[in-house]
Amino acid sequence: MVKIEALIRPQRLEEVQEALRELSVGGMTVTEVRGMGHQRGVTHTYRGSTYTVNLVPKLKLEIVVPKERVDEVVEAIVQAAKTGEVGDGKVFLIPVDGAVRIRTGERDVAAL
Amino acid sequence: MRSRFTAAVAVALACSPAFAQGEAFNRADTAWVAVSTILVLLMTPALSLFYGGLVRRQNVLSTMLHSFMLMGIGSIVWLVLGFTLAFGKSNGWLGGFDYLFGQNLSSTQPYGTQTIPAMLFFLFQMMFAVITPALISGAVAERMKFGAYVLFVTLWLILVYSPVAGWVWNSDGWLFKLGALDFAGGTVVHLASGVAALAASIALGKRRALTHGEPILPNNLTMTLLGAGLLWIGWIGFNAGSALAIDGISMVAFTATQIGAAAGLLGWLLCEKIRTGKPTALGAASGLVAGLVGVTPAAGFVTAGGALIIGLAAGVLCCLAVTWKNRLGYDDALDVVGVHGVGGALGAILTGVLASPLANPLVNDALAKGRMGLVTSQVIGVVAVGIYSFVLTFVILKIVGAVSGGLRAEPEGEDTGLDLALHGESGYNL
Repeated sequence: MVKIEALIRPQRLEEVQEALRELSVGGMTVTEVRGMGHQRGVTHTYRGSTYTVNLVPKLKLEIVVPKERVDEVVEAIVQAAKTGEVGDGKVFLIPVDGAVRIRTGERDVAAL
Repeated sequence: MRSRFTAAVAVALACSPAFAQGEAFNRADTAWVAVSTILVLLMTPALSLFYGGLVRRQNVLSTMLHSFMLMGIGSIVWLVLGFTLAFGKSNGWLGGFDYLFGQNLSSTQPYGTQTIPAMLFFLFQMMFAVITPALISGAVAERMKFGAYVLFVTLWLILVYSPVAGWVWNSDGWLFKLGALDFAGGTVVHLASGVAALAASIALGKRRALTHGEPILPNNLTMTLLGAGLLWIGWIGFNAGSALAIDGISMVAFTATQIGAAAGLLGWLLCEKIRTGKPTALGAASGLVAGLVGVTPAAGFVTAGGALIIGLAAGVLCCLAVTWKNRLGYDDALDVVGVHGVGGALGAILTGVLASPLANPLVNDALAKGRMGLVTSQVIGVVAVGIYSFVLTFVILKIVGAVSGGLRAEPEGEDTGLDLALHGESGYNL
């Protein structure tokens, strides 16, 4: 199993969800996060005083899938989240040792 | 000048049907001033929204409480001591104890030559005493110890606000006799609080976040806009109610207030558009307040054209003035100096320049020593009130600091936020 950790633009969430639905990917966790990368921060001005906010808001999606499905799911996320501008985000792949469904006690792929 | 004016009106109205049989007051005037009193009371919760939205989220409640506290403290101090020090029989500098604890305030007989019950005049003036120290709180936001704040505003009301109100509005006050014009409190309310804000910013020093170069982002500017809108509404009572009658002068003041606020809003946005290219909603809210501050001393003395000039000038000048603090190094957190201090001084001086007999026949008396004579009186008023308020505020803060073991909250408390550190609560539990 692999955990796909995708950092995306908040406004692309609907598109990504739609793409995942088409692939029948059943579960996902979404967190509002802030981060920095190549995209520059934004400048705020309040009564002439300016502040640069370097951390820009992103969403972090966490999806665990069986190893053989990783490529298609990652491809779907990348296509859906892409605008072509700096700041589209990143996808990380992390190996997962095990999983348990709490309600039934099912393990590993059966628990996904 | 108000009582000279109302004296004439009183004579004219004494035989009119507006005075009910056997009553010493005019019911229409009384109804209007009662409504205005409620409108001025609204300005203090409006100010708490205006200020509350501007601070960081961990200080929203402590900042709003600074304004709310004055509805408690200001009302009681005004009853016990404030009104009598301002409006008791005065030697020119300070009123006597005729109205100590609210004694001798008649619910049927007018104060002086007015046409409303003395008790209503006392209540109307109370709302001014409530909001004026609350204005200063914007300068000390996000770092002042609560007990020190309570002691400070109490002493400030007694030692600064009440005497200065008497100088300008008591018919025996020395600035009143000098012929200085202040229709609704440009010097008494805005200049006095704006200058006090400067002294307080210096006495307290910078917020730790500012020293560390951390961004200080407003928690909720939608609240600030709502507050500014409610301040505008309340200000109609503040200015047009200061005629203490429903008559031609109150209509002149009403018009000037509306035009001054509108011009201030546009002036500030224009200034921002030219300076940074981006007009802001906070700029619109700040500009309308600056316009209202500027037009306050002038309201009953200028034509709509005069109010337009004052409002525009205040909007533009205050937009520039709020950036001075960065260069000069004092931490006036919510720009009380830039808006109320600068706008108050500008308004007082422009009142001398633009006061017109076309708006108010009383201006003829004020111009007895010529236009330059009037402007000189206005400048003397600004300088006297400015110096008095600055020095007294500084001394009061030194005493308060000594009594309460410092003016500032503990550094850890300031870092986590005053809401939790000083009050054990937080505005947003999400």
